[in-house]
Amino acid sequence: MNVMTRPEAPDFAALIGKDRVHGSLYTDADIFRMELQRIWYRTWVYVGHESEVPKPFDFVTKSIGPQPIIMTRGADGQINLLQNRCPHRGNQVCTEAQGNARKFTCPFHNWTFANDGRLEATAFADGYKDQDMSALSLGKVTRVASYRGFVFGSFAADGPTLEEHLGGAAETLDRLCDSSPTGEVEITAGFLQHRVKANWKFVLENETDGYHPAFVHASVFKVTESGIGSLYGSKSTALTRDFGNGHTEIDLRPEFRLRDQPLSWFGTSPERLPDYVAAMEQAHGPEKAWQVMIDGTPHVMIFPNLFIAEIQIFVLQPRAVDDTVQHVTALQFKGAPDMNRRLRQQTMGSVGPAGFLLADDSEMYERTHRGVLSRDPEWLYLARGEHRERLDSDGFRVSHATDEVPSRGIWRHYRQIMEVA
Amino acid sequence: MGMITVEQDLTRRVEQFIYAEARLQDEHEYAAWEALWADDAIYWLPANGDDIDPEQQMSIIYDNRSRIGVRVRQLLSGKRYTQDPKSAIRHLITNVEVLDQTGDEVSVGCNVMVYESSLRGETLWAARTEYLLRDTPDGFRMARKKVALVNNDKPLFTLSFLI
Repeated sequence: MNVMTRPEAPDFAALIGKDRVHGSLYTDADIFRMELQRIWYRTWVYVGHESEVPKPFDFVTKSIGPQPIIMTRGADGQINLLQNRCPHRGNQVCTEAQGNARKFTCPFHNWTFANDGRLEATAFADGYKDQDMSALSLGKVTRVASYRGFVFGSFAADGPTLEEHLGGAAETLDRLCDSSPTGEVEITAGFLQHRVKANWKFVLENETDGYHPAFVHASVFKVTESGIGSLYGSKSTALTRDFGNGHTEIDLRPEFRLRDQPLSWFGTSPERLPDYVAAMEQAHGPEKAWQVMIDGTPHVMIFPNLFIAEIQIFVLQPRAVDDTVQHVTALQFKGAPDMNRRLRQQTMGSVGPAGFLLADDSEMYERTHRGVLSRDPEWLYLARGEHRERLDSDGFRVSHATDEVPSRGIWRHYRQIMEVA
Repeated sequence: MGMITVEQDLTRRVEQFIYAEARLQDEHEYAAWEALWADDAIYWLPANGDDIDPEQQMSIIYDNRSRIGVRVRQLLSGKRYTQDPKSAIRHLITNVEVLDQTGDEVSVGCNVMVYESSLRGETLWAARTEYLLRDTPDGFRMARKKVALVNNDKPLFTLSFLI
């Protein structure tokens, strides 16, 4: 069978095998359009964090795929996810990246909307005499839900709840919040926006690919005293894990527990962050605080677009089949200024367009995208570690840090949701 | 010597320094470029505007002297894949003005365009660049260089050459 000449609805069973996927899944614009309908405009997608709109009437511009979204906090404290489109004739009602506004006024014909999207007033209202205008509000993302401050949206009226969607991966967000002495994470340092000319799924898969760091990031390991390299070596005890629903992680705790050094995961020590350590001990008690600081924060990819990379958060935004933006900023722990300063400094060094790590990852995304346009071989081979994957005590697939359990898990989920018309 | 002549002489020296720095960047002379920095240097590319507080907000680059050294050593490592092959680049610099002079320090502003050709394709970068130069017996040293890209609030492609 020649899968390159397929009818309108692709046969995903033919494109996605147990240990291989077809290159066209990354480059076919028709498949990208279908992904928008079946993933981005249907399932739960991460949009923003509650701490980005702390006060009533705060707003910040976000996105779901190519669509701009305004995230607002209403007078009632509720989070709204609005579409940036006037219901009159389609003009964008908000051009600021963030701010505080009780109303959005469309500059085209001066229609005014409350910050929860309701139409409040029209200009020269006598022109609409006896007309029912009640349905003419800003479009809203149908379902909005948050977990530990992380706000997700779904355009589908029905479907799994956010907690059902997160499933076993919810525990990684709990684990992250445990590293904050107040139990709260904040997103307050502003985002870098790093664009790549590559399909979004290369980024998605790479986030929990433990095979590449030893090679792609060799330059960093060579010129700094980074302790990261050994986590991804052939002798590593760290694990790749498939939580199901497309969520995957690299669980580095086994390595950090061997080191048995608090804050070793962050390349530092309790002596250098005394205020943070004191706050953690007060919050958790010394024993649990010590364990949390040995274990470190998670390295988890929440499908399809929220990546927690120990010290920073990435939000993936596909804009076209070969145009992806990585929005990235430092995680901040409420009530931990000394820790937060280091989180910002390390994040700035590592990520973004000039980052020591991400500039090289992004180079690989772009080269890979060009690579898979070749016709032979047509397939990407994802079989690494199949012989040694096993189920952990929670029933999740795990394997060696460098194995391709995450990619296989992502594609299993992808096929399932893409096959639903 | 009249005052105007002294100022013209300073501007001329500053321009020559900035052009020389640009040439080292264009020709990927990383070690020679690193030697232009003062020990207390800051190399800064703000994001999301030109006047953010880099101690509180994310910047594209916010390197102290030690981190400038890491950046250069990474480029020299032979495994900085995003610059292997190296981007072909040319800096075009204009509107050079001496903005202030205090003791041995000179503040300078200029407009910069960089044309980059890399494996991805061609990219045009434009910025307002400001320097704090320190006059030493060995010539000027950069105590601070701020490169404010005009589109630093937008998604940007990888910027891994020295700008």
